[in-house]
Amino acid sequence: MSLHTACYPVPGIPIPGWLGYTVGYFSGPFSVMREPLQSVANQGAEDAFSEAAIAALRHDMLRFARLQLREEAAAEDAVQEALAAAYVARDGFAGRSQLKTWVFSILRNKIIDILRQRTRHPTQSLTADDGSDMEVEQLFNEKGMWHRQKRPTDWGDPETELDNTQFWRIFELCLDELAEQPARVFSMREFLGFETAEICAELGISESNCWVILHRARSRLRLCLEKEWFAQG
Amino acid sequence: MLNCKDTTRLLSQQQDQSLSLRRRMALRFHLMMCSGCRNYNKQIDFIHKACRRFSGKE
Ligand SMILES: [Zn+2]
Repeated sequence: MSLHTACYPVPGIPIPGWLGYTVGYFSGPFSVMREPLQSVANQGAEDAFSEAAIAALRHDMLRFARLQLREEAAAEDAVQEALAAAYVARDGFAGRSQLKTWVFSILRNKIIDILRQRTRHPTQSLTADDGSDMEVEQLFNEKGMWHRQKRPTDWGDPETELDNTQFWRIFELCLDELAEQPARVFSMREFLGFETAEICAELGISESNCWVILHRARSRLRLCLEKEWFAQG
Repeated sequence: MLNCKDTTRLLSQQQDQSLSLRRRMALRFHLMMCSGCRNYNKQIDFIHKACRRFSGKE
């Protein structure tokens, strides 16, 4: 299915409240959604489109889009369009996780489109690093070895944190602290899955510069997580 | 002999491309002796996993 045709209401298909652009998120008349699905949808698809499931999904999608687009309205539009595409194709989903995978891949493509457009028609240049790397630099002594007190610590089994809502709040906060350009390069690499060669082509920077930027972004991010989350016990 | 600063740079680069055998050997040697860099490596690995989860790719 083309992303672009799926973005608009299709005649004959009732559009539920959560798709309405006028409806504020989390507050919409979700009951509209309860109208019977047109064909005989399986139970999995109905669960996947339950009000609670959509609200949670929407929340995760918005968080993801906002972080990369750094603009509330653009993020909301991208999320709406991805959800609308999913709703049109709703009978094809076996369940919640399949819907999530699918709708996020649409969202990623949307974000890529928007970022590409911005790169081609830049309205302002990205704020590059502001020299706040001092904090990372100061972790090392003059020989380039870790200062004893500043060595990265053992985070134990950090994957258990991935189910912790509070952790994600800190994660987002730390990402938000990156300057615009490192944040853009980092999200193209880690969220959108670009190869570094593609990133430099898109952004017009050299590949070695790209690695430097990614390294700084990772170093800042891990330092922030260490201080704000893992050291807090 | 790599210092910690260069090691972290290479560990990050390794997330994005494969390194030459010589560099991988140098890294392995440093990691054997340095818990700080071992932890750094695990941490950026975890960040990569967290990013996958965050982008809906569980
Ligand atoms: Zn080291």
